[in-house]
Amino acid sequence: MTRKQKRLTIIAGGMSFIIAAVLLVMFAFSQSVAYFFMPSDLATTEVSPGTRIRLGGLVAEGSVKRGEGSTVTFSVTDGSGTVPVSYTGILPDLFREGQGVVTEGAFDAMSHSFVADTVLAKHDENYMPKEVADRLKEDGVWQHGEEATTQ
Amino acid sequence: MINEIGHYALVLALATSLIVSIVPLIGARRKDAAMMALAPMGSIVMFLLVLLSFAALTWAYVVSDFSLRNVFGNSHSMKPMIYKISGVWGNHEGSMMLWLLILVLFSAMVAFFGRNLPDTLRANVLAVQGWITSAFTLFILLTSNPFLRLNPAPAEGQDLNPILQDPGLAVHPPLLYLGYVGFSVCFSFAVAALIEGRIDAAWARWVRPWTLAAWTFLTAGIAMGSYWAYYELGWGGWWFWDPVENASFMPWLAGTALLHSALVMEKREALKIWTVLLAIMTFSLSLLGTFLVRSGVLTSVHAFATDPTRGIFILALLMLFIGGAFALFAWRAPMLKSGGLFAPISREGSLVLNNLILTVATATVLIGTLYPLVLETLTGEKISVGAPFFNMTFGLLMIPLLIAVPFGPMLAWKRGDALGALQRLYGAAGLALMAGLVLYYIENGGPVMAVFGIIIAFWGMFGALTDLWHRANFGKLPFNVAWRRLVGLPRSAFGTALAHFGLGVTVLGVVMVTTYETETVLEMKQGMAADAGGYSLIFDGIRQANGPNYTEEQGHFTITKGGVVVADTWSSKRLYTARQMPTTEAGIVTFGFSQLYVSLGDPTTSGGMVVRIWWKPFILCIWGGCLIMMIAGFVSLSDRRLRVGAPTRRARPAKLAMEPAE
Repeated sequence: MTRKQKRLTIIAGGMSFIIAAVLLVMFAFSQSVAYFFMPSDLATTEVSPGTRIRLGGLVAEGSVKRGEGSTVTFSVTDGSGTVPVSYTGILPDLFREGQGVVTEGAFDAMSHSFVADTVLAKHDENYMPKEVADRLKEDGVWQHGEEATTQ
Repeated sequence: MINEIGHYALVLALATSLIVSIVPLIGARRKDAAMMALAPMGSIVMFLLVLLSFAALTWAYVVSDFSLRNVFGNSHSMKPMIYKISGVWGNHEGSMMLWLLILVLFSAMVAFFGRNLPDTLRANVLAVQGWITSAFTLFILLTSNPFLRLNPAPAEGQDLNPILQDPGLAVHPPLLYLGYVGFSVCFSFAVAALIEGRIDAAWARWVRPWTLAAWTFLTAGIAMGSYWAYYELGWGGWWFWDPVENASFMPWLAGTALLHSALVMEKREALKIWTVLLAIMTFSLSLLGTFLVRSGVLTSVHAFATDPTRGIFILALLMLFIGGAFALFAWRAPMLKSGGLFAPISREGSLVLNNLILTVATATVLIGTLYPLVLETLTGEKISVGAPFFNMTFGLLMIPLLIAVPFGPMLAWKRGDALGALQRLYGAAGLALMAGLVLYYIENGGPVMAVFGIIIAFWGMFGALTDLWHRANFGKLPFNVAWRRLVGLPRSAFGTALAHFGLGVTVLGVVMVTTYETETVLEMKQGMAADAGGYSLIFDGIRQANGPNYTEEQGHFTITKGGVVVADTWSSKRLYTARQMPTTEAGIVTFGFSQLYVSLGDPTTSGGMVVRIWWKPFILCIWGGCLIMMIAGFVSLSDRRLRVGAPTRRARPAKLAMEPAE
């Protein structure tokens, strides 16, 4: 092969690999990106059952029910809307009523309740999921600041 | 008093770093030996000053001096001594101090070990290190000063985040930073080369040990962090594709690419411009990681405090260094002469393939990590890009790389023989196929992709051994002659083979765990049994216990196999009293490479406990492979060729090649 051909082979190979990777990334985005919703959004936006989303808000006071075995149900609220959530597994250490939470999962086609497979852990007692904190501040329901400074 | 000395030393370090940033640079232009000599001296002074400052802060933690706001916010007098010391970097200010300490440590090491470097190159490299040092010292002094006082001093501190109260904190951040920040040396070398406008094989030979050292520590740091998250968080996961993990993984990927491209440059003088670019990109990704983790744009255990001024400051530094370096690159790179022709199928060709795949993989991780942040900034829309995205893109991209790895070392420089390499690898392929089928049989089937993954993992391991086998010429020469040849191989050959072997081991662990792990969540009452991985766990009940700064509910489990008791474990939930914060301490039992992982949940209404049990087959291979890669790094570092100060035979021709390439 001549110098030019060698270089062309390498460049063509590289370019086709990069194009394949770009297509792969675009495909993966279309498949696996989860949008973030708060309960009040769900009143205005239709989310079809089976679509993975993130649902965030506060755990409604008095809503946590530990049923038979390891399934837990609770409600996620943001002041203007409430969504019942069921989750099987162990909740994060800092899961508490009245605290911020982000769950990931999909609506069940039959029962129309939200079935979460992930409840995001918090690493710190001051922690509020960022998406939730931003929205609660916008909506004026933010009450977490006092709690964080008193301890 | 000690606090003031520490604070003052930090200010002096800033002043010194400013001198080191400017004077040697001018000296290098004017060929003024005295001005250039300021660089190594200043770098060592910088290191001593930051060390003094760091020691003062550590002392404040040791004696629990709560008059420092930083100590008050992150320590407690009842905390065990190891966590008082490691707690120094368990917060934003302290971790930036550790970052700075390691940065100046590297500067001092370049000053100390770099005596065989040309004077101008050394002066320029240390000056660039000086820029980074000034920027970060300024950042600490202006936005994250750990020496701020509280008046009156509180009697008791607020304690350290309990998740961080673990021996992992003593090891993980220093190792990670040694890697992360170590790439600053490669960056400085690249920028210095651009300033001088010339670069050659000798440059690559000087950069490689630093790259290798940084890469080795980063490997260890990431593996350590992964293992820590695994046992501490109680979720049984070892990698979450969390943006913070990606922040450390991207420099690792780019650094791995750099390690390989510098090899091409050292041996064949090819890929010069690319190597310089890669060196800049690797450290830029380290800086980006620092920004993501420290600025508070992400919430995680690593984001200690959110203060917008810090984020903006780091972002400005990021722009300055990355933008500046790339601008310099655009301006100067065309001056660097590229050389070294090679056929697509050759050692160089395979290393280019390695670089192509690793860079594209880095780019996908970067896109997945930054896309949600960019989208939110631009449109306010909130999305999450989670594990499925990364598994699909990164996982698929890695397949061709893993298949290609054993070929690389088998191919000759300049023009390789793919068929010949394949023939020599028949044995490895056959063994890998057999090992894959045997494991498939033992695990009673599973998805086809799993067998494929296992075969690829063994292919990597056997391929690495085959390389050594052929280098020593086993099979052709009598055994004792071949053995002597094997022992006489350069250390770097062992390093390559070990690192590739370790990669195979890690892949094996990843494939086995993702395919064959089992998870059981159930409610258990005292005396109940549950099965996992062929073992039976009996729940013996709960007891209360007290630690130095926490109370604990401990559940005891007896593990039996075939009716015989083989092990027992405690799994507990702790409540740290100072912060009223609960944590989960999982019970982990190791069987060979596999582990049983038990974590306790909440009590149920009917008087039982929710228990989550995982069977993690071959999970230790994931970190074991990383450990092998780390050892491989040290073995390579000990190679005579890379040992700093060893006479270089090619020094003379290299000098000739160093003429400016205009």
